[in-house]
Amino acid sequence: MTDLPRDGLVAVVKRDCPTCELTVPVLAELAARGALTVFTQDDPTFPEAIADRIDDTRLDMSHSLKIEVVPTLIRRTAGTEADRTYGWDRAEWERVAGIVGLGAGLPQQRPGCGAKNIEPGVIERLKIRFNETGLKSRRIEIGGDEDEYEAMVARGWSDGLPLVPPTEERVLKMLDGTSRDPQEVIGIVPPDLAAATVEKIAINAVMAGCKPEMLPVVLAAVEAVLDEKFAMHGVLATTMFVGPVVVVNGPIRRQIGMNSKGNALGQGNRANGAIGRALQLVIRNIGGGRPQEVDRATLGNPGKWTYCFAEDEEGSSWEPLSVEKGVAPGKSAVTVFAGFGLQGVVDQKSRTPESLARSFAESLKVLFNVKSAPSADALIVISPEHHRTFRDAGWTKARVYEELYKLTQIPGEDLARGAKGIDEGGSPDRAGTMVSKFRPGGLMLVRAGGEAGMFSGIIGGWSSSGPRGSTPVTREVKL
Amino acid sequence: MTVLLDPTSERTPTRRPRLKRPDRLDGLTVGILDIAKARGDVFLKRLGERLGERGIAYKHYAKPTNTRPAPLPLAQQIATEVDVVIEGLSD
Repeated sequence: MTDLPRDGLVAVVKRDCPTCELTVPVLAELAARGALTVFTQDDPTFPEAIADRIDDTRLDMSHSLKIEVVPTLIRRTAGTEADRTYGWDRAEWERVAGIVGLGAGLPQQRPGCGAKNIEPGVIERLKIRFNETGLKSRRIEIGGDEDEYEAMVARGWSDGLPLVPPTEERVLKMLDGTSRDPQEVIGIVPPDLAAATVEKIAINAVMAGCKPEMLPVVLAAVEAVLDEKFAMHGVLATTMFVGPVVVVNGPIRRQIGMNSKGNALGQGNRANGAIGRALQLVIRNIGGGRPQEVDRATLGNPGKWTYCFAEDEEGSSWEPLSVEKGVAPGKSAVTVFAGFGLQGVVDQKSRTPESLARSFAESLKVLFNVKSAPSADALIVISPEHHRTFRDAGWTKARVYEELYKLTQIPGEDLARGAKGIDEGGSPDRAGTMVSKFRPGGLMLVRAGGEAGMFSGIIGGWSSSGPRGSTPVTREVKL
Repeated sequence: MTVLLDPTSERTPTRRPRLKRPDRLDGLTVGILDIAKARGDVFLKRLGERLGERGIAYKHYAKPTNTRPAPLPLAQQIATEVDVVIEGLSD
């Protein structure tokens, strides 16, 4: 890199800036006085009027000088910077140059243009070249003859599908999505009990296909599953089907383009897909939780690839799930639930809330096994058309919870081992009593789905629901 | 050449050899740990009785829940009080 003059003026310009073009006569005047060094950012032939202009298209000098706007004029004295100005402002230039009467024919003032060295994509490459990224993770060099996609799978980082290579540049851009310190520890990830820093989570978010603006949601989801109450170790290690289900509320849903409408639980939306996948990759790569190792799931469920959706809050008569969980209205939040695949509730005939509640209750009673009670928690994803029936009848969310809890009381004799010709079941001692299918507070309602279709969904929970196992956890999204 | 950032915790697992198993239980105290899986207590209680019949000292312990690792004080207590441990892993 060219040395800077010990004493004198330095200007940084680019051709693609009308204000730089405007100041060319001034630069020529200063150069004629023999005290100016000009660095050009984009076109080495600019400005033609300065014969000994210096090519800085690599932007090394611009980066070293921390140029943010062009033109920038700097005065150096005894080897250090004494003063600087940017844009065109006659009085400022005269002060920095120590010369009066500059640019007589020019307007008094013109704003400058953004410098090339701080453009997105460029600043990251410069930080990498100057070793200023601050990233602490181990660098892994993939040889030129090696296919980087295969190399990632070979190292065990993949959930089974191709990953986006986590280059330094991509990870730096990802970290722009949060104001949190890259070395902040979000939590301790089981089963290895390893610290999840924002940086490590960002690397996994890159691999999952997230955009930087999705990172705050991923961080909130990681923080939520690592809350002691969620019991992530058990959720991972159990032989049951469950994995974390992520429900997103608040303005961030729309800001990052999440789907809460048609096919909300299905494929096709980048944010829904990538956020849920990033969470799973964090458990796998930072925590070391892998199937057939500490993840002992007998079958698992397809949601263990990714299981994340947004609540359809617009048009709902009910408070969003986050508000129900204590987050202020208008704030973004995630709620995590240890759940498994989807059981449909198809009811196209009920037009009264009483009938529809019974319909839901009967469907809920078969969760796990028709003979199983008390059973696990459940997350009910109610479609707009089903919600409408409750809304039009004036049923609050609390009322629906209350009715469903009452309607899922089961006679103890029906649950006894051997009853209905099924050996599965509980103690015959419960005959003559009513047994609750769900613990109080064990049901959650979320509104999502397309406008058409009297189809809702039940996401069953873990057998160890509640305080002895996993409790849903809500966390506000911090930007 | 591409440079990637390591997404893992960068730990190098240390493999520790298992302790040698004792040839006999005579003179040793056996810890019996109930991890709180359904009916594990029934099985482990009987196991204790059978050890007692053979004149082997034993102590019962229980985890508060099977869904979380044993609390550290419990693990430390077991380590200081007994020589070998029998743990019920599932139901």
